[in-house]
Amino acid sequence: MTQTTGSAAPAVRDTGPPPSRTPLEAPQITVRGVSKRFGGVVALRGVDVTIQQHEKVAILGPSGCGKSTLLQIVAGLLEPDAGSLNVAGATSAKDRLARCAMMPQRDLLLPWRTALDNASIALENRGLRRREARERTRPLFERFGLAKFEELRPAQLSGGMRQRVSFIRTLMAEKDILLLDEPFGALDSITRAQMQEWLLHAMEDVPRTVLLVTHDVEEALLLADRVVVLSAHPGRVVRVVDSRLSLSGPRREIVTDPEFVKLRELALEALE
Amino acid sequence: MSTTDLELADAPDADREPDFSDFDDLVVKRRFARLRRFGSNYGAAAGVVVLMVVAWQVIVHLAGLPEYLMPVPTEVARSLGDDWSAILAPATLTTLKEVLIGFAIATGVGVGIAVFLHLFGPLRRALYPLLIASQTVPVIVLAPILVVLFGYGIVPKLVIVALICFFPIVVNGLDGMRSVDDDYIRMMRTLDASRWAIFKRVEFPAALPLIFSGMRIAATFASIGAVFGEWAGSNAGLGYVMLEATPNLQTARIFAAIFILTVISIVLFGAVSVAEHLIAPWSQRRTSR
Repeated sequence: MTQTTGSAAPAVRDTGPPPSRTPLEAPQITVRGVSKRFGGVVALRGVDVTIQQHEKVAILGPSGCGKSTLLQIVAGLLEPDAGSLNVAGATSAKDRLARCAMMPQRDLLLPWRTALDNASIALENRGLRRREARERTRPLFERFGLAKFEELRPAQLSGGMRQRVSFIRTLMAEKDILLLDEPFGALDSITRAQMQEWLLHAMEDVPRTVLLVTHDVEEALLLADRVVVLSAHPGRVVRVVDSRLSLSGPRREIVTDPEFVKLRELALEALE
Repeated sequence: MSTTDLELADAPDADREPDFSDFDDLVVKRRFARLRRFGSNYGAAAGVVVLMVVAWQVIVHLAGLPEYLMPVPTEVARSLGDDWSAILAPATLTTLKEVLIGFAIATGVGVGIAVFLHLFGPLRRALYPLLIASQTVPVIVLAPILVVLFGYGIVPKLVIVALICFFPIVVNGLDGMRSVDDDYIRMMRTLDASRWAIFKRVEFPAALPLIFSGMRIAATFASIGAVFGEWAGSNAGLGYVMLEATPNLQTARIFAAIFILTVISIVLFGAVSVAEHLIAPWSQRRTSR
């Protein structure tokens, strides 16, 4: 109501990465003119997002801007009221569901399963025997710093470790597209910073197309190649920030670098 | 980046992460804590029971009531000893069989109905209200009819025990399966889970703690059902012993039978709790506070 300037401004269209870098192949995810309302509330209005294969894109916005809704629509858990989607060739919700794996904000580990059994649940869902599923998942525990923790129950793990198990579970769905819904939103800020760094390296190991939803500006800029800023009420794209950083090194140094600070200003300005 | 760096990075969390060298130690400590908790939970209750028994003995003694009206606890204990091998032991065996088999049937049928109604939504909407309405029928008054139908044997008792016991199991089981957070269902759907996989790996295990608490409620009803079944028509069992003792004014024996029935209920209740601990250990409610 008070934000007349925000809704009057023309919607920014995200048409993919800048032309200089556009690969010749067709985008892997295309979201075109997607709108969704819940009752009287318009959650999303005319959202366009284009993502190339193995590109990492963050959707940044205040809470309640419909970014999780957008993720669920891409995942195939929801159908939009208007607009169209193409997710690796899938257009219907049912087919989209088969193309993506989603990592929820809460770890949602099942308390009756060990860490390893939780992580291999997608393989079991696909009909693998439990033992086979476990053996295929086990190497990832070693790789992601969870060796020796395979047989512990979720209640015996710290928040950061549970989130890592949740990430492995998402990877074990063996999909090319990962949807991360505020993956570290439930963690304290120290653990969150560690997990962001961890995820950054984890994703170098296993190249996937990533669509990440967050309300944390630094998280978006650190983890993604491109940040799509969404406004609230209704959720629409207000700015696209190219966040392919030329920086490397520890997180602490990156976030204080002038290049990073400038990008953060750019994103924060769009959020206002 | 190597994993060792990551582990070091986790150091601030160290107090929350179990250290493996201490792990067995931790388990042992937890066992002791549980034992102590058991003592503090039930110690007070045991004290109250002792007090009540003493009060009963004193009051009856002071009031000078005759044994056939109100026996004192020591007389009940004597009856328990004197009548055990000839009368009470075979009766206990008969009633115990009725209680256990009836309870097992109730559990099987109850869980089966809950699963069935859960998986078939339209059926649930059609039958669930009827199921609840059926509970307004006082099952106990059906006992004579069941005796007419099935005779003096064990069958009518099993039917009554099962009819009384299955309801809390069905209701709790259904509630447990339906109350699973939608986020878990969504998570499973994005991980290629079929409807059956979601049921098997999420909904059913999630409902187990509630199914067990339904079973605990049912465990306290089971012996009542068996006794009513025996009262309606039988020639054996603790209910039958009570019926026989009443006209003979053997009140202490009636109390002895009641005492045994109570023990049966408590043991069954405890057995359900032990089974829950073995089958669904994650459901241990936090009782430490």
